[in-house]
Amino acid sequence: MTTPLRSMLLMLVASFIGSFGAVFLKAGAGRVHAGLAGIRSMIFNIRLILGVGLFLLSSYFFVLGVKHGELSVLYPLVSLSYIWALLWSRLFFKEPFTKNKLAGLALILVGIAFIGMGSRVGAAPPRPASAVVQPSR
Amino acid sequence: MVATGGPLSALASTSAVPTRKPLSRQQSIALVFACTLLGAAGQVLIKFGANALTRSHPWAMLTNVPLLTGYTLYGLMTLLFVYALRDEELSFVYPIISLTYVWVTALSVWFFHDTVNTFKALGVAAIVAGVFVLGKDARK
Repeated sequence: MTTPLRSMLLMLVASFIGSFGAVFLKAGAGRVHAGLAGIRSMIFNIRLILGVGLFLLSSYFFVLGVKHGELSVLYPLVSLSYIWALLWSRLFFKEPFTKNKLAGLALILVGIAFIGMGSRVGAAPPRPASAVVQPSR
Repeated sequence: MVATGGPLSALASTSAVPTRKPLSRQQSIALVFACTLLGAAGQVLIKFGANALTRSHPWAMLTNVPLLTGYTLYGLMTLLFVYALRDEELSFVYPIISLTYVWVTALSVWFFHDTVNTFKALGVAAIVAGVFVLGKDARK
C-alpha cells in the first residue's frame, strides 16, 4: 500500500494548527483562578476557547490525513507537534532551548525521515465521481 | 468527603484542601501505560472511521461512530494522563507515552495489513528515543 503525499501534508497541517491550540491553552491556563471562581475563569476565557477551537480544527485535518495511506506512516507524523511545541514555547513563553531538547528534536526528525524512507509514496486517490463536475451538454 | 467524628477529625478539618492519597509510582506507571493503550486503540478507531468516510464534511465526521468512539478514548486518555500527572513528574511519564507509537505501528499491521520494514522500525525507535531525551527536561 502506498501513502499519498497529500495525506502526509495534511498531517503536517494538523500538527501545525494543533500546536497553536496548545499555545492558547497554555496562555489561557495562566489566567485560570483557583477555587470556585476558577470554573468561571475557564468558561469565559477567550484563550482557552481559541485553544479548544484550534484543537477541533486540527482534528478535522487529522481525520482527512489518516483517511488514505498507511497508518504506520501517518501516525508517527504526529511527533511533528513536538517540534512546533519546542519552537513556540521558546518564542511565546521564553522557555530556553536545552541540549536535551535539541537532541530529542534531532532524533525525532531522523525518525520521521526514516519512516518517510520506509514508506512508498503514492498518488492521491481519485476523487469520487460525485465530486467531479459533469460537463454540461 | 463527609467529616466523621473522631480524634483526627478536628485536625483534618483545619486543612482547606481535601486530602487525597497520592498514587504510588507503580500506580502512576500503570495509569500512564493504560493511557498509551487507550490512545493507540483510539487511533485505530479513528483510522477505521476515516476509511469509511465518503464525504469530507465535518457533519459526516460528527455522525461517524468509530470516529466518535476513537475521540472519546482520546478524551478518556487525556483525563487519566492529567490524573497521573498530579503525582508524577512530566519528565518521568513523557517517555512512557511514546510507547503509543509502538502500539499504533503494531496495530496498523494487525488491522490494516501495513507492512513494516527496517526503515519504519528504525524510524519509530528514533522517535521514541527522541521523546525520551526531550522529556528529560520537561517540568511538571
